Formats: sequence, structure tokens, C-alpha cells
Amino acid sequence: MEIRSREFKQRSVFAIHDANLQSALDRARDGFIGTRAARAAELPEFEQLREEAKGLKNHILEHLDHYLEKYEAAVTAAGGHVHWARDAAEARRIVLEICKRHDAKTVTKGKSMISEEIGLNEALIANGMEVVETDLGEYIIQLAEEPPSHIIAPAVHKTKKQITELFAAHHDRPPKTSVPDLVNEAREMLRGKFFAADVGITGGNFLIAETGSSVIVTNEGNGDLTQTLAKVHIVTSSIEKVVPTLDDATLLLRLLARSATGQETETYTTFSTGPRRKGDIDGPEEYHVVLVDNGRSKMLGGRFREMLRCIRCGACMNHCPVYGSVGGHAYGWVYPGPMGSVLTPLIKGLDNSYDLPNACTLNGRCASVCPVKIPLPDLLRELRHMQHQRELSPPTQRHALALWRFVATRPKLYHFGERIATRALALAGRTKGRIRRMPFAAGWTDTRDLPAPAGKTFIDQWKARRGQK
Amino acid sequence: MTSAREAILGAVRTSLGRGALDDAQRAELDARIPAHTRPAQDEDPVERFKRKFESRSGTVARIDSREQIVAAVEAYRAAHDLKKKIAVGGALRELKWPRGWKKHHDPAGIDEALSLTTCFAAVAETGSLVFASGPDNPITHNFVPDDHIVVLEAKQIVARFEDAWTVLRNRDTGMPRATNIVSGPSRTADVEQTIQLGAHGPRRVHVILVG
Repeated sequence: MEIRSREFKQRSVFAIHDANLQSALDRARDGFIGTRAARAAELPEFEQLREEAKGLKNHILEHLDHYLEKYEAAVTAAGGHVHWARDAAEARRIVLEICKRHDAKTVTKGKSMISEEIGLNEALIANGMEVVETDLGEYIIQLAEEPPSHIIAPAVHKTKKQITELFAAHHDRPPKTSVPDLVNEAREMLRGKFFAADVGITGGNFLIAETGSSVIVTNEGNGDLTQTLAKVHIVTSSIEKVVPTLDDATLLLRLLARSATGQETETYTTFSTGPRRKGDIDGPEEYHVVLVDNGRSKMLGGRFREMLRCIRCGACMNHCPVYGSVGGHAYGWVYPGPMGSVLTPLIKGLDNSYDLPNACTLNGRCASVCPVKIPLPDLLRELRHMQHQRELSPPTQRHALALWRFVATRPKLYHFGERIATRALALAGRTKGRIRRMPFAAGWTDTRDLPAPAGKTFIDQWKARRGQK
Repeated sequence: MTSAREAILGAVRTSLGRGALDDAQRAELDARIPAHTRPAQDEDPVERFKRKFESRSGTVARIDSREQIVAAVEAYRAAHDLKKKIAVGGALRELKWPRGWKKHHDPAGIDEALSLTTCFAAVAETGSLVFASGPDNPITHNFVPDDHIVVLEAKQIVARFEDAWTVLRNRDTGMPRATNIVSGPSRTADVEQTIQLGAHGPRRVHVILVG
């Protein structure tokens, strides 16, 4: 998928004026925040589990090479194949080769963010294959020819009415208006595809070194039909998803479901270990795992290692006021919200995504709900620092900051300037106590008034009051 | 030319600021025992399983002995007005079906409406069934039909997932090809966050609890 994060500001303006999007975002925010809070409150150990999950992920990252090798050996022992991909192009090539070897015509897909990250669908379609997304949300946006706007609810920006229109346009059936009828129609349309598929591609929420299993977590059962009914099952996952044991995966699963959809567990959690075995009467004949790096091994080396703890629950975006206002498409690439604003610059380059780390009020809600305690605001601030150092920020902003620094490190000059500015602003707003228009600050005063200061600086007032005592 | 594998593992080690681990370090990691907190549970596991499974829109009928399985299936079939055609897991091959029933032990086909299977264990923590694939347990039976009926022995219910893994590890055949944890019927909230059952998997999951 082409990155369009440079258009963040234009896309945000568009999003804020899109009434359908705003109603969809309001509904989603209310739902996600409330159910997560309820599930977290029900489990007295929840905070303890967050701390332990952070420790577990840190342990894994510290020994990532070992667990990856162990995982690979276990997959191979179970009759599966592990492929390593340094970047998106290599990952696409590997998947394409497997599909071509099997002369694949129909490829079904369970939801996979890695597949979005490596731009897999476009590559398969360009090679003449029919690609069918089977998660209902992914299916909806595939019909709409749009990218996902949320990592666990890809069609969260669509209203029921829009889905009705999409289905009517693509299914050649009378329009369905109720939720049960819409869901049922998708079920009927996709049934045949599951059975016809040559290759089924899923993601992998976790990869278990102990057993060589890939794990998917779904509510619909589409991922299971995808990987069971196709002749070949391909898992696309990334290197930081490995966990040592089944028990370790359980710790993370307890947090994932509660943080993502506000459930104690999702409906289906499936552990896949190799291809069909002797005597089995169903299941795929081949099992492949494509382990994607795409910048992660480098991320491991510095300040951003903490980002690799992410288990892709989406809680950070559900609680983000910026995401809640502009939705996922404004971010312009695969991962939106706070986690996306960290990942996108790291994977796609700081210069391609200047606005993303700045699209944050540093309110800290994302970090306070993150199940693996990633300090997202700190990482975003670090990215801003890097932008400043690499002179990617606008020159006026850098010069203004340099000027401020010059003044702020000279207390006498600072207080002198402060006194003058305070008096001038108080004078400007003397009749109403607020300022409607400010030179050089139209970005602020175009949409709201600037409250006028009291006329005396804090320091002056402090001194005066102490003098009274 | 370095392979992608070597390049990635090399880059990982460079970022970690060390070379490959030696045998002693690896052995230490392999001996690590996960010591995370297990959420407290003070409820009878069978009661808790039933309560949690029902809270996720599953249904449970309790019977005293395995002789009553077919009658329980017949009662469920009649209640939902289903056809007398059923895909039965090979583990339940011995069940005797009354006249008029058609059964088979093949994988579920595209029009499969009803299946009857065993399961490997159940977890009281979240009201979840655990299925282990194998020649007698084709996993299409768990996902394709509209109605999935599961025979569960009360003694198969364990408190937490970690307990289920212990049972799984003790099997002669180790980790199954597919291990499915199923917590009620299929569902989706992809249309306006409204929860709708029966997305792609079974519309209903019914447990016949024996004992």
C-alpha cells in the first residue's frame, strides 16, 4: 500500500467534515472504551498481568534470536516450512512463489495486518489471482476498495447504510438493511469461496516456540475456514510475534481480548501446527510461515525496542482523541492511531510521515491502557526530537524554538520580555478579556479566542503577595 | 550471498549487541518456567464453565450417562426443527441412531447443517471448549455446520488454560495439528459494533454435558 501520510492534514480536514465518518467514530469510541473498562475492572489481576506481560515481552526481545530459531525448528519438526523475509518485497515474492507453484486461482484470506503492511493483495491480484478477504470488516473494505481504518475493526468507519449500498452494488441481490441480513448475506457469498480456495492466508497473533504453532484469534471463524479448507495454508507474521510457550501465550491472550474487543476471550483461538497428518481427513496439505522483518530487527537496537512489545489490540487508538476525531484513513498508511504514529515513521521513514508524531496532544491515555505498557507518548516525543535534529520540521518552527531557547536560558531577558508581552496582550483584550485576532497566531485565533492575561506576570504577582505577608 | 535467515538473525544480534548465545545460555532459556499470575477462581469449575459458556450464547444440556447422548441430540434437533442428517466425529462412531437418521463420519461438506463431536477439554475460566484435531476429529465439523453439538464429560473441565496445556502436553501424540478453542457461537461486530451471531462459523453451539 502506497504511503499517503504526507497528506495527514488535508485528510484530517476532510475527515472532520465527513458526517458519516463522525457518527461511525462516535459509536465505535463509546463501545470500545466502555467494554474494555468493564472487563479490566472485572479482573482484579489485570494491572498485575499488564506488568508481567511487559516483562515477558522484554524477555522475549532480549532473546529474540533464540526463540526464533527454536520456533523454526519446531515448525519444521511438525512438517511445516519457515521462510524468512527481510522486507516487504521479499515477503511478497515468497508468498507469490508458493501460490504459483500450486497454480492458485482463488486465495482466501483471514485478517492480517502484516499482509497489509507488505501489500500482498495487490501483488496476488496483479498475478491473476482472485483474492477474497473473509473477515467481514475486511470484506466490506475490499468491496469499497479502501484500506482498513482500524487494526481490529477495519470497517469501523462505515455506517450500516453504506454497507447496505455496497452489498447491493456487488451482490446482485435485493438490498439488505438489517444487521442480521447483512451478516447472513456475507456468510452466503463467502461460503463457496472457502471451499474453492487453493491457498488460504492468515496472520499470526503469536508464534509459539515450544510447539511450532501459529495462533490466530477471531470472532467470526473465517480464519479457521480459510486455513482448514484451502489446500495450502500460508501464515504471514513478523519476527516479534514469537513467544516461548503455550503458557506465555495465555498471559498475552488474557490481555489481548479484554483490551481489543472488551471480551474475556474472543470466540475462536486456534493453534496451527504443521500440515495435515497421517490419518487426518481434513486440513491443509502444506503449511508455510513467512517471518517478516521489515525494519523490526533494526528497531530492536534503540529507544524504539519498546514498540516491539505491541500485540496489536487497538486500545491505544480507541482511547486517542486525535484518532477519535479523524479516523484511521487520515494517517495515510496501514497502522493508524498512536501505535501507527510510532510504527509508520520507523518503517516508512521520518520524512514520509512528518505529521504523525505531531498528531498527538501527549494526553497519555494510550499509554495508560496499553496492555504491554508501551510509553507511546514518550516514543512520539522522541520521534519529534529526531525530526528536529534532522531538520525535517518547518524552518520557522526551528527558528522560533531557537529564539525561545535563547531567551529562556537568560532569566533577566525572559522576565523583561514576559512583562512587556503580558501588558501588551492585556491591553489588546482589555474590553472583553479575550483576543479575537492575533498576528502570527491565526492558526489559533481563526477558530477560537485567546484568553487575555491579567496584565501582571506570575512572578510579579508572587513577589507582590510575598511582600504583603 | 547471505540468506535472509542469516541476515535477519545477524541484524537481531547486532541490535542486541551480542553474538549467538552459547549452549549453556540456551539451556537456561529452555528451562525457564513461566511464572505469571493465574487469575483467582473460587467457583466450582463445572458450574463456572456452564455459566461462562452460556454468557457467550452457548447452550448446555446435562445428562447422567453417555447412553443418553443420542436422545439429547434428538431433543435439540426437534427443538430447532432440523433435518435428521448429521456429521459425527469418528470418536462417536459407536452411537446407535434411531430410524430416519442419516449420519456420516466424513469431513463437513458445504451444505453441512449439523455436527456432533467430542472435545479434548473445556476451560472454566472463560467457558471455552478445546478441540484437538485428528483422524477422529476433523476440524471442519467445528466450523462449517450451522449447529455444532459437543459431547463434554464433566471430568474434562479444567480451571484455567494453563491446566489444559498440561493435559495437552501429556498426550502421546503431542501438540495436535489444529487446537481450536471455541467460546460459543461465531459472531461479528463489524456492522456498526452490533454483535451478530453466526458470522462464518456455527450459528449455535450446544454442549451435552455428561456427568
